[in-house]
This record gives sequence, structure tokens and C-alpha cells, in this order.
Amino acid sequence: MSFNSVSEFLAMGGHGLYVWLSYGLGAGVIVANLILPKLSRNRLLAEQKRRLRREETV
Amino acid sequence: MADKKWLPRWFFQLASPRWCYQITGRLLPWFLLATLILLAGGTVWSLLFAPADYQQGNSFRIIYLHVPSAILAQSAYMLMAVAGAIGLIWKMKVADMVLKSAAPIGASMAVLALATGAIWGKPTWGSWWVWDARLTSMLILLFLYLGVMALNSAIENESTAAQASAVLALVGVVNIPIIKYSVEWWNTLHQPATFKLTEKPAMPPEMWLPLLVMVIGFYCFFAVSLMQRLRNEIIWRERRASWVRELLNKQ
Repeated sequence: MSFNSVSEFLAMGGHGLYVWLSYGLGAGVIVANLILPKLSRNRLLAEQKRRLRREETV
Repeated sequence: MADKKWLPRWFFQLASPRWCYQITGRLLPWFLLATLILLAGGTVWSLLFAPADYQQGNSFRIIYLHVPSAILAQSAYMLMAVAGAIGLIWKMKVADMVLKSAAPIGASMAVLALATGAIWGKPTWGSWWVWDARLTSMLILLFLYLGVMALNSAIENESTAAQASAVLALVGVVNIPIIKYSVEWWNTLHQPATFKLTEKPAMPPEMWLPLLVMVIGFYCFFAVSLMQRLRNEIIWRERRASWVRELLNKQ
């Protein structure tokens, strides 16, 4: 382990702002890239199912 | 067919949206599992256990996001260009869909590489941005991605949009060797490549091993996100097909 305490870990030897900003951004970009397609899949399937039902009733 | 002999069977199976939908459905959970394990493990390793750089201190840890995202931004572009070529030559609809699906992921990776680079540049070079060859060519890569995305959303007709974006993707391939060799051709602040196929890395294993884990994790992540988007695109374009109808009824 490269750090002796939690506060030392958070400070990152004075570079905390840069390191945590980068990792926060990275986590955001990756999570967004996994969640957004999932959300659009749910929307797409719901829309298409609605369309099918509409076409069947007509 | 003469050309069926020298191309493997799966290449032609790829042309079937239904086959692609099924195979990606089987692969997706495993790639997602690998992504979660590799990225979680790699992040803990790079933040907690990798040693600090003797000159840059802990800001060096940004490399574990910067390098994988930059590698992926370029790989995704190459994939997009190959898919574009396949779409133009064999008129494969799935290749068009791959091209369209890869663009937003590649663009976000280019943004991440540029942003982490800027954040890393501030404590290391004393500046967020310099108009240097590597940084500028990476910015052009981002614009190429945005161009492909804009073409896809601006052109209504799907096959015209695919052709236009394939041509743009192929022309833009010129930029990839420029990014790669920019640190050698021009005087630059940017350091040379971390990984080379022909040489050992210049850093010790306890620094580059977590980086390797992160790079593989990023590739798995890309596969997951690409398959998700591709499957959505397949459902949308094949919505009139009977197998999609059955699939919707089953759910």
C-alpha cells in the first residue's frame, strides 16, 4: 500500500484535486456509457411493444 | 461464390442481424462481468498499491485512466473505419450499425483522454492545454467522431448516412498514424508511448501491470457498450421482421 492513512490517500501528496477530478470524470463517462444504452433499450422495447399491440387491435 | 472460400463462415454470419443479436446476447453478460472485475480491481490497484512516480508524485496515477482511454479512442476509430470499409464493399447492414454504435463511445473516450490529459498537464507542465502535435491530433480525432455522429443524425436515409459516415471514417484514418508518431516527428512536451510491442516498458512492473489491467478492462467495457448499442440498433432497424415481433411478444 502506498499510503499510511485515509487523509494521506485523499490528499494524494497535494495532487488530490487533479487525481480525484480525473477518476470522478472517468467513472462518470464509463457509467454513462453503460447506463444510457440500457435506458434507451427499455424505451425502445416499450415503444415497439405498444406499436405491436396497436397494430393487433386495429 | 468465389470469395466465400477464403473468408471464414462467421464473417458471413455477421451479416445476419438476427445472428448478431443472439450471439451478442450470449456474450454480453460475460464481458460485463469481466469489465466490472477488471475495472474495479485495476482502479484499486492503481490508486492504492501502485507506487508514486519519483518526479510527478501521485498525479502520475492519472495515467491509469489517460492511457487506456487514449488507446481505446484510437482502437474504436480503427474499428469504425474497418466497419465502414466492410459496409461499403459488402453492403453489410450490421457493419453500418457497428460504425454508428462505435462513434459515441469513441467520442466519449477521446473526451476522457483529452480531459485527463489536461488535468494531468496542469501539475506536470504547468498548463491545462498546449497546442502541441499530440494534443492537437487527439482533438482532431474527437472532431472526426463528432462528424460521424452528426452525419448519422442529420441524414434521414439510413444507407446514405452509413455511406457518408463510412467515407468520413475512412478518410480520417490518416489521423491515426499522425497521433501515434506525433511524439516522434515533432518536438513535444508529451512523453513517448508507454507500451511498445518491440520493447520492454520503461517503468517497473508494479507500475505497468495495473495499467495493463486497466487497458484490458477498458477494452471489455468498450465491447459491452458497443454490443448494447448495436443490439438497440438491430431491434430498431429490424422492428418489422417477424423474429423481432416474436421477441417482443415473449417479453
